[in-house]
Amino acid sequence: MSFKQQKYFYGDIPEDNTGENMSSPKTETKNEWPLWEVFVRSKQGLDHKHVGSLHAADAAMAMENARDVYTRRQEGVSIWVVESKHIHASNPEEAESFYEPAADKIYRHPGFYQLPDEVNHM
Amino acid sequence: MNNYLKDYLLYLADTSLILSQRNSEWCGHGPILEQDIAITNISLDLLGQSRNFYQYAATLIGDNATEDTLAYLRTEREFKNCLIAEQPKGDWAQTILRQFFLSAYQYLVYEKLQAYNNEQLAAIAAKALKEVTYHLRWSSEWVIRLGDGTEESRQRMLQATNELWRYTGEFFITVDYEKEMNIDVADLKIEWMKTVRAIFEEATLPIPDNTFMQTGGKKGIHTENLGFILAEMQYLQRTFPGANW
Amino acid sequence: MVIQDFERIFQEKIDNEIKIEPKDWMPEAYRKTNIRQISQHAHSEVVGMLPEGNWISRAPSLKRKAILIAKVQDEAGHGLYLYSSAETLGTSRDEMINDLHSGKAKYSSIFNYPSLSWADMGAIGWLVDGAAILNQVMLCRTSYGPYARAMVRICKEESFHQRQGFETLLVLSKGTKEQKDMCQDAINRWWWPSLMMFGPKDSESTNSDQSMKWKIKRKTNDELRQQFVDMIAEQIKLLGMRLPDNKLQWNEERKHYDFGEINWDEFWNVVKGNGPCNKQRLAARNKAHEEGSWVRKAAKVYADKKLKHKKEKIA
Repeated sequence: MSFKQQKYFYGDIPEDNTGENMSSPKTETKNEWPLWEVFVRSKQGLDHKHVGSLHAADAAMAMENARDVYTRRQEGVSIWVVESKHIHASNPEEAESFYEPAADKIYRHPGFYQLPDEVNHM
Repeated sequence: MNNYLKDYLLYLADTSLILSQRNSEWCGHGPILEQDIAITNISLDLLGQSRNFYQYAATLIGDNATEDTLAYLRTEREFKNCLIAEQPKGDWAQTILRQFFLSAYQYLVYEKLQAYNNEQLAAIAAKALKEVTYHLRWSSEWVIRLGDGTEESRQRMLQATNELWRYTGEFFITVDYEKEMNIDVADLKIEWMKTVRAIFEEATLPIPDNTFMQTGGKKGIHTENLGFILAEMQYLQRTFPGANW
Repeated sequence: MVIQDFERIFQEKIDNEIKIEPKDWMPEAYRKTNIRQISQHAHSEVVGMLPEGNWISRAPSLKRKAILIAKVQDEAGHGLYLYSSAETLGTSRDEMINDLHSGKAKYSSIFNYPSLSWADMGAIGWLVDGAAILNQVMLCRTSYGPYARAMVRICKEESFHQRQGFETLLVLSKGTKEQKDMCQDAINRWWWPSLMMFGPKDSESTNSDQSMKWKIKRKTNDELRQQFVDMIAEQIKLLGMRLPDNKLQWNEERKHYDFGEINWDEFWNVVKGNGPCNKQRLAARNKAHEEGSWVRKAAKVYADKKLKHKKEKIA
């Protein structure tokens, strides 16, 4: 199957039109600051929610960067940051064995039980 | 009283505005996106502070004065900002250290002012204090990181200290408008030095020896930098007098 | 399962509007296309800070200065969100930035035009951001989850950008003779480049369109461009200014505005690096990155030092 792409899109300039007379880069990646995931509580009483990520040299800086990047418009009252490498995620390949067995346990849901109308608010 | 209050407000406003102008030079040119955003946030806070002070001053001055006539139509000799604010942004070390010195100072000034017996001034100071508290935290951490980071960052911090220390003396010289308002800044020096010492110690940086201090900003005698800042900042208002933007 | 099965399942998800998430299986070309498009988009945000940042120090009032700083800062944030979403595809920000600085990666050519007067701040907000928003609104529904989420956040923040641009021009259009001239001049200079932002004509495309099939993109260049012309042709009436196109005319049959031909020669030349500011823009980004190198290194070294110290204490 070929994925050759012919059409150009906004912000998508084809590679065969790259400028030739550009200066060559000074590659430098070893000092890249680690990636952090940011979670923000938007108001008291709500859970922290994942909002995005950023780079920071240490936790204190990650917290401040999160404040400056993700709460500029009063989006939050509390912030969690965690270095991305510490997050363990389930595998999509295991999704069937992980999540589908829950599908037929309909007796876990209140709607499974038929009660007389007289029983209010149960 | 009003005259001294007016001058004092202009001094506070000018210092914040000129520092904001300098910090905003980083916008689009910061060492990494996250810090580009951080220094720009500080610039916006300072701009907001200056507007609050100018707006209050404008009501005292009357005569159709506005925040913009005060910022854009006064000359070099009328500006009262601290000299340190107008110094070039330099490298990241110089910008950080200047921010630290000034934030540590502004923190003490606003802390006092929030209890001053002028409600409006006290309210503006209380709001500004919250912002400055963050600026002080942010810049302190950077001073430590750079002082105790690499050999290069340490050298740059020493260089920045060498460059900027001489502009910190005027923070503590009480000028006429401060005197008239019963604001004595001389006694802020002990607290300020305490903050600087603590952070410098953690940054493993030496406190400079006695240096000859440059003064005059608070009275309108500036370094040559200010003229260029104003020429650029005021250009549109000066070129098209009376226009609305 | 064989590779064809994976591809079939992948395409079924796309067809059923199920988002693709970072750890899901995806064709290598899908990953690459997304990395390229998202990073180019990120670069555009970051380089896009330069023409406007240029006027921060000269903004004509304190209010305008605050608005402009906030706006340019937002663009840094948008670049950051986008770099982060590309990073979920297995590239690093440093790699992407190196590609930008070497000239290998591209950014939107519009930012290779100079901002010459204060009115340009209005024209950029109204026309350039206006064009960008049409694309971005569409991208909120793009098939790659992290990209779509970044776009939702960006669109929320962008909504003030175009409004402030139009308002800036509105004030000028009601101002002095000089201000009106400034306003018209900025529109003249930014109109055609903003039409070019939508990219080459659809007719240049010959093969099947993979990006559409994968729902990375949902509208064609010409569709978006027409939408933009129709919108701006109406809005400009409120400014009492004119667009620099004699062929611009309402077409009752098509229910769209007709408009003149874009100068494609200019378009490709700017893409190739011959625009008025290509060199300055890249030089400015390179300079910032290089001069920031010691800062990033110092913070890293300090953080590592502290971490080591902490571990030794525990041990």
